[in-house]
Amino acid sequence: MKTLFSDLYKKANTGFWPIAIAFAFLIIGTITLFQNPRSLGAFLILMTTPLVLYFMNMPMKIKVFIGLLLIIIVLPVIGIKNIFILEVIFQMAVFSALALGLNIVIGMAGLLDLGYVAFYAVGAYAWAIFGSKQMSLLYSIPGAAPANAEFFLDARWFWLFLFLGVGLAALMGILLGLPVLRVKGDYLAIVTLGFGEVIRVLALNLDKPINLTNGPQGITPIQRPPLPPEGVLMFFRSFLEPLVGHEVSEAEFYNVMFYFLALIIIAIVIVVATRLEDSRIGRAWTAIREDETAAIAMGIPLVKMKLAAFAAGASFAGAMGALYAANRTFVSPETFSFQVSIGVLTMVILGGLGSIPGVIFGASAVTLLNIQILQNFSLYLSDLRQSDAVIPIINFAWKDLSTQLDPAKYQKLVFGIILILMMIFRPAGLIPAVRRQRELGEEKE
Amino acid sequence: MALLQTNNVVKRFGGLTAVNKMTFSLEEGRIVSIIGPNGAGKTTFFNTLTGIYTPEEGQIKFKDHSLIGLRPDQVAATGIARTFQNIRLFGSMTVLENILVGMHIQLKQSAIDTVFRSKKFNAEEQEAEQRAKDLMSFVGLKNVGNELARNLPYGGQRRIEIARALAANPTLLLLDEPTAGMNPNESEDAIKLFRRIRDEKGITILMIEHDMRVVMGISEHISVMDYGEKIAEGSPAEIRSNTRVIEAYLGRGAAVAHEQKV
Repeated sequence: MKTLFSDLYKKANTGFWPIAIAFAFLIIGTITLFQNPRSLGAFLILMTTPLVLYFMNMPMKIKVFIGLLLIIIVLPVIGIKNIFILEVIFQMAVFSALALGLNIVIGMAGLLDLGYVAFYAVGAYAWAIFGSKQMSLLYSIPGAAPANAEFFLDARWFWLFLFLGVGLAALMGILLGLPVLRVKGDYLAIVTLGFGEVIRVLALNLDKPINLTNGPQGITPIQRPPLPPEGVLMFFRSFLEPLVGHEVSEAEFYNVMFYFLALIIIAIVIVVATRLEDSRIGRAWTAIREDETAAIAMGIPLVKMKLAAFAAGASFAGAMGALYAANRTFVSPETFSFQVSIGVLTMVILGGLGSIPGVIFGASAVTLLNIQILQNFSLYLSDLRQSDAVIPIINFAWKDLSTQLDPAKYQKLVFGIILILMMIFRPAGLIPAVRRQRELGEEKE
Repeated sequence: MALLQTNNVVKRFGGLTAVNKMTFSLEEGRIVSIIGPNGAGKTTFFNTLTGIYTPEEGQIKFKDHSLIGLRPDQVAATGIARTFQNIRLFGSMTVLENILVGMHIQLKQSAIDTVFRSKKFNAEEQEAEQRAKDLMSFVGLKNVGNELARNLPYGGQRRIEIARALAANPTLLLLDEPTAGMNPNESEDAIKLFRRIRDEKGITILMIEHDMRVVMGISEHISVMDYGEKIAEGSPAEIRSNTRVIEAYLGRGAAVAHEQKV
């Protein structure tokens, strides 16, 4: 059975077959999703296209072509029909960036950081505080904001804060690292866990003595970066509207803009992470992970390189934090709970510690599972509950099923199961890390 | 002027004095061995030289600069490279990458060069790769550049470790039991390799070794340690007939017998 399957795959992976398969997924996914924008199955078919592109043999040019077709044309158009699709991809991109950042710290440098969400929070609160009316409300009681308060900065400052978020998070990474990196292994995990909580609790309580974070109520509204000028929007409307079949609203344009912003950031993050990995810095990180004593004897300054890992990992989270704050126009301490750190860790482990494609896959899969698959399963169960259907043999009526059984609430259980199964069956992850093979010009014997 | 000079170096672990008043000097361009029974403090002495331990007393001078208080990476940057008693390779990296890690100090690429893949970065990486390949053939490794280091046989791993240490362009190479676990043929090859390192690259070698064939075959000078102290030093011939050395290795009886024979 197994050989039959792998033979079949080998046959499909030669000649023009891969291109045909990629196009088949793209076209079938597009058409079905175009007709039923809410269909999860159609969305999953479409999302298989990037996997086919990654795994199967075909010329690079064709991969890029199909990929761009999917990203630039298919997804935005379908996304305007069902805005939730863009939202899902936005979240995938956000969590991929977080996972890639954590992958540098844990996967490459081997430093178990359980408070990673703190850096995400720093980026988000940086723009939240300055990009909202919060700066004018510093001395007012939370919840009693005067109606006439004004935005502190123009929305265009967002672009600067995207970079400031990166810098601030990196700085926090270094500040955290300085005292913390004296401890190793389990101790490091516990200290970073504490740090993550400290940042969350600070956000929760810094509504007094001056109201910096507005406490548990969170900060809202936060400004979004301005849309492109009206002329550009008219241009896009002219060919988008016939395709979608209704007028494209400003809210929908915002969604498309955030989708592209997230993709641009994730593209930059992927390039930076890949290039760092294959360099003196990345090799030093891996060496530290493998054997600290040997690494330092080779002249690698441990503290400096560990701080660099913390800063690099944190900076990715900072960028996505700022973007997230603008996208939601709302941040609250609840968004940055310990649960998120564990969630990102699950993504990294599911995909493969140290493996960049693996981590992206892990982040996408877990995000999809979280916000689509579990939700859909919940909806399906509640539909069953309202029907008269009965499970045949044991004669169990679906409507007797407890309403407590709601898969969407079992996120943590699913995380736990993923972690356990991965550790037992595939400790290196679904797409394990491989070392770069070089052209060495050695004669083969 | 000696390349490496230590004066009265003392290293204690609680009540145990692992290295006691070790005074030692090493001339440039020589191959010198430190021998001694198990637990004599040889590896601890190496670790104080390379900054892994800080000695409680004494001075260590390398090229006339003090090494006391320097971190291991700073010591490495002064030109001391080492291998370990139990091989410490970066197992999940390729052989070539292991050697590239050894060049860490010399590579000057910054994070910015790395991210933008500047010309400087590409040129430097290419040159480093070429040097790594040369080092691999220098130590006699063939067709293994892309293998994971942990997948190589024992002898191969020893060679990688030496190549990795040489990659740092050291003036002084410290080898901690480099032929441990090797058969006589492999030891023979190792001796040849050490000679070539000194003769062709001009690197001074200080090694800890138990295999007397290797020690006597290659060393120009030998220091003997026991209970943390240096009990003798001299040429291989002098050490072979030194009563205190025989006592340390074989016990008092053997030493007395030796004295009577002389």
